[in-house]
Amino acid sequence: MVDIKNVFKSYNQKKVIEDVSLNIEKGTITSFIGPNGAGKSTLISMVSRLIAKDNGNISIDGKDIMETKNNELAKKISILKQSNSINLKLTVRELVSFGRFPYSQGKLNSYDWEKVDEAIDYMELREMQDKFLDELSGGQRQRAHIAMVIAQDTEYILLDEPLNNLDMRHSVQIMKTLRNLVDELGKTILIVIHDINFASCYSDNIVALKDGKVVKQGKACDVIDKCVLKDIYDMDIDIQDIDDKRICVYF
Amino acid sequence: MGYKKKTLVLAIIAVLLTMLYIFYDLSGNIGYILPRRIMKVVAILLTGGAIAFATTIFMTITNNRILTPSVLGLDSLYLLIQTLIIFTIGSNSLIMMNSNVNYLVSIGGMVVFSLLLYQVLFKGESNNIYFLLLVGMILGTFFSSITSFMQVLIDPNEFMVAQDRMFASINNVNTNLVYISIVIFVLLIIYLMRYYKYLDVLGLGKDNAINLGVPYNRVVKHLLIIVAIFISMATALVGPMTFLGLLVVNLAYEFLKTFRHFYILIGSMLISIIALLGGQFIVEKVFTFQTTISVIINFIGGIYFIYLLLKENKSW
Repeated sequence: MVDIKNVFKSYNQKKVIEDVSLNIEKGTITSFIGPNGAGKSTLISMVSRLIAKDNGNISIDGKDIMETKNNELAKKISILKQSNSINLKLTVRELVSFGRFPYSQGKLNSYDWEKVDEAIDYMELREMQDKFLDELSGGQRQRAHIAMVIAQDTEYILLDEPLNNLDMRHSVQIMKTLRNLVDELGKTILIVIHDINFASCYSDNIVALKDGKVVKQGKACDVIDKCVLKDIYDMDIDIQDIDDKRICVYF
Repeated sequence: MGYKKKTLVLAIIAVLLTMLYIFYDLSGNIGYILPRRIMKVVAILLTGGAIAFATTIFMTITNNRILTPSVLGLDSLYLLIQTLIIFTIGSNSLIMMNSNVNYLVSIGGMVVFSLLLYQVLFKGESNNIYFLLLVGMILGTFFSSITSFMQVLIDPNEFMVAQDRMFASINNVNTNLVYISIVIFVLLIIYLMRYYKYLDVLGLGKDNAINLGVPYNRVVKHLLIIVAIFISMATALVGPMTFLGLLVVNLAYEFLKTFRHFYILIGSMLISIIALLGGQFIVEKVFTFQTTISVIINFIGGIYFIYLLLKENKSW
């Protein structure tokens, strides 16, 4: 369980996160939605200790993240940020093998390589595993990064806009993969996402943020609601039920 | 050809050049010439290694390929420390006369400066490379200006001593410095071993490194100290060499085409030794001491830098 308690964060006096408290259940996909600048990425970065919080507590399975060793935490929680510009001459397989660093400290054993192979197959990267990253398209590179996170094999996976740069087919493929990770392997996934229809169709819970505060949190079907969305995005969004999925029409 | 084989080729070239340099035209008083040549070669090996290691580590920490530690003003700081000592206590003082003491004082000063810089630049969340570049350039210029200001004020005889420090070259290596440098070099390598495993991961950038469990702030601080000591060592041995680091590390990356720091560190060290030994050989035998090796290295380095800028420009 991820427990976020009264967390504050400001950049040069500008408050980005104000008194946010959340509980994230194990074995679910939780989507963070909200307009630009709502503090979604900041919140998720604080949970993964990429940036420090000003105030409050964040604990994972009852352990405060600031008091957990870096290396132990890296076996528990992983994060993938939205911008990933690596300018190294790196093949897909080499990138994925970095996911085993918390366990192997750079010296991979046969079990580590097994996990790397699993992750590569999971993301269907087998035939391009020896290609260099700079030879790949944006979508392929994104999948390689997700494979690295899968190889890291953590209970909690945080993804900051993983669908950026991806076409529909790959977006759906990635969301299905994430769903499988939760349903089959019991992972817990936190995801920042802009497309509310993807959030609606694939997540268990949704947290809606606006101006650094939680506006609404709950089951996906409760948050995808005309009044709630109006409150978050300041626009009228029509909601249709198609095959018992709630689809937002906002065009 | 894989990067392992290429590293081996570089090693063979470096060994051959070393042999050539030591044994070329070895005639006359061998008992006098041979130890002097060997001393020079050891100084070159140390300098080459120090510059290559410092630049590789610095580029990895900052995740870029065109900034070298001299951008932080570390070279200029070394000259400032030398001038400051002469300005305040004079060239006859113990610190100035005893090169070992002088050496340790300079290293201490540069480490303290690097730690201060770390507090300001790396601790913050923004970790902005342009800010780093700006601060480094301003400080570098500031240090040089203060240095020349003090040099104008001091006695001309004292100035001679200061100038001697500024244009140290391989032609008159201080033997005392070589011995202490070997000790420091070995100690630094041991120190580096503790953090070496993190280098590959740091190459993936700050966010990825933290994600993979690297204690980022601590590791970067220690690596920066290592960089500062390597740079002070190289500067004390042969004087400021702006382009050598940039040149050799980029050549190593281009030539070896790998991200593994083990090979990049070794490769850049070998290339740097080849460049220094080859350059020094040309200076001595072709130009018959008409020019200095810094001139040659800066000339080639400058051309390569322009090429690098044009190439990077295209890829964006």
